Amino acid sequence: MGYIEVENLMKEYGKGEAAFMAVKGMSFQIRQGEFVAVVGESGSGKSTLLSMMGGLNTPTEGRYGVDDIDVYSLSLDQRAKFRMEFLGFIFQSFHLIPYLTVMENVMLPLAIAKIKSREKTDMAREALKHVGLSDKEHRLPSEISGGEQERVAIARAVVNNPTILLADEPTGNLDTKTSREIMDLFHTLNGEGITIVMVTHNAGCSKEAHRVLCVSDGLISEQKRLQKVVEYPFGLEAAVDLYSAENVTVQ
Amino acid sequence: MKLFDISLANLKRRKAKASFILIGLLVGVTAVVAFMSLVDTLTRDINHKLEKYGANIMILPKTENLSLTYGGMAVGGISFEMREILQKDLGRIKGIENAANVAAVGPMVLGSIKVADRNVLLAGVDFQVAHILRPWWKIKGQSPGENGILPGAEASRILGLGQGDALDVNGRNLEVSGILEPTGSQDDQIVFASLKTAQQVLGKEGRISMAEVAALCAACPIDDMVGQISGVLPDAKVMAIRQVVKGRMETLGHFNKFAYGLSLLVMLVGGLVVLVTMMGSVRERTSEFGIFMAIGFRRRHVMSMVLFEAAVISAIAGVVGYFMGLGATKLTIPFFTESIDVGLAFDPVLALGVFVVAVTLGLISSAYPAIMAGNLDPNEALRSL
Repeated sequence: MGYIEVENLMKEYGKGEAAFMAVKGMSFQIRQGEFVAVVGESGSGKSTLLSMMGGLNTPTEGRYGVDDIDVYSLSLDQRAKFRMEFLGFIFQSFHLIPYLTVMENVMLPLAIAKIKSREKTDMAREALKHVGLSDKEHRLPSEISGGEQERVAIARAVVNNPTILLADEPTGNLDTKTSREIMDLFHTLNGEGITIVMVTHNAGCSKEAHRVLCVSDGLISEQKRLQKVVEYPFGLEAAVDLYSAENVTVQ
Repeated sequence: MKLFDISLANLKRRKAKASFILIGLLVGVTAVVAFMSLVDTLTRDINHKLEKYGANIMILPKTENLSLTYGGMAVGGISFEMREILQKDLGRIKGIENAANVAAVGPMVLGSIKVADRNVLLAGVDFQVAHILRPWWKIKGQSPGENGILPGAEASRILGLGQGDALDVNGRNLEVSGILEPTGSQDDQIVFASLKTAQQVLGKEGRISMAEVAALCAACPIDDMVGQISGVLPDAKVMAIRQVVKGRMETLGHFNKFAYGLSLLVMLVGGLVVLVTMMGSVRERTSEFGIFMAIGFRRRHVMSMVLFEAAVISAIAGVVGYFMGLGATKLTIPFFTESIDVGLAFDPVLALGVFVVAVTLGLISSAYPAIMAGNLDPNEALRSL
């Protein structure tokens, strides 16, 4: 689970003379377990692309599929269920709920899950342990550092064991050292089989990915396979097969 | 953690907003309870006072003759020269269903006598129950015994009778034991004697002309009692004193309409306060709802959270408002009545009713904000971050 297929995805905002195309027809596939960075200038359409991949923003045209699911053929409720079961979101500014403790923030996606309270607590503790914040579960977001808040956001995104992790500028508000730690965490999660799609401005971070999608003016202008491809979890041979079929430039 | 835990945490965090909604509802609930309790208390007070007015049911012989006006009230037809009721028949009244509500039964025999060459109406009454049937009577002197009479103020003046005077009535010597102070009613023109004495003087032993009944009608339906007495006294015409009953019903009706109208208005304002505050709260939390939706919350989850918050505040308002309303009634009741010992007891029906109304009002007022929150576009909501 976690194979993504984007076919000629388009998104137009506004109407009449005020209308503009944020995404003008993007097509690509992301294999299960891949770590893909989406880079581009502000207004290039990368965040719109990510919101469409999150099932939050209905495209004007095109198809977005995850495994066998045509996401935008689902009803709003079904799409919400899809997000809960398949996706983990990491937002640029962490976006933790300020009045909930670290533990409660991590448990948020489980609030609507039909599982026992004890199990929910265990899952949240496990996720917090994963990001190294076991000792701060009773703190409020305002009582921890930015890096720790980002870790809480990551724990919240993975607590329900999603197959795909969507991250929007996850290191945008962090210093270099903390960004490095977050990237290490992403590699760990990716190593566990989670497909990661990360929108970033940070060139350093984009180099952490197996592949980079360069977005410009609403289109995929270039795809780059990076040196890190050797860490591709399904082996070099599979990676070469994938990228040769997609006309990827090798750095 | 469940959805409702998030709602509770939000209420704890946004104390000011929650308090504002609470106060809005609290004012409404308190006012409603105060109005209701006030009306209830005043109703009891009015009933209590009305009972003091004395007789409220009259028993007359069935007749098609002259009508009689008594005490300024139309009571139907009677000619005291004709049919009478047997005194012993009045004992059947003790057997009616609402017998417990009968405070007193006052038989009365009426007849004409001559005193100092003037025709005077002699009324034989039971002085044992006179204080219940005519609580307004004040006697200068003493109540008459077997050989005494009690002239009304006008009768005393016209006939020149004073306390201790003796007079011969149909061959029987009777003494004026006291004078009835002016009442402003027909009683002023009558000479009263004990029932037995009057029956003997008028030659009507064992018979009466009419009877008055004082019914304690705080809760009993007086028309039902009239029906029950008619049932046991088929030869008598039984009727409620219409003015008293009508006046009572009208007064209570006005109180009730006023209370319900004002309650509705206050609750409407309370509902608007909840609506406006909840809408503001939903707008303020747009980004928060965006996050919830992004992680998989559905429309109904978001709506449930908003409604649960409203229900919690409304429930608190329902409970606290009930007791505040009782307190407000206790404080305000002295301004409305001075005569009653106000016993404000816990009324489970009113308490439950107020609780249900408060929660329902809170939920109805929050329905639109909840729908608004549920219909948020998660992408738009996240862009507001």
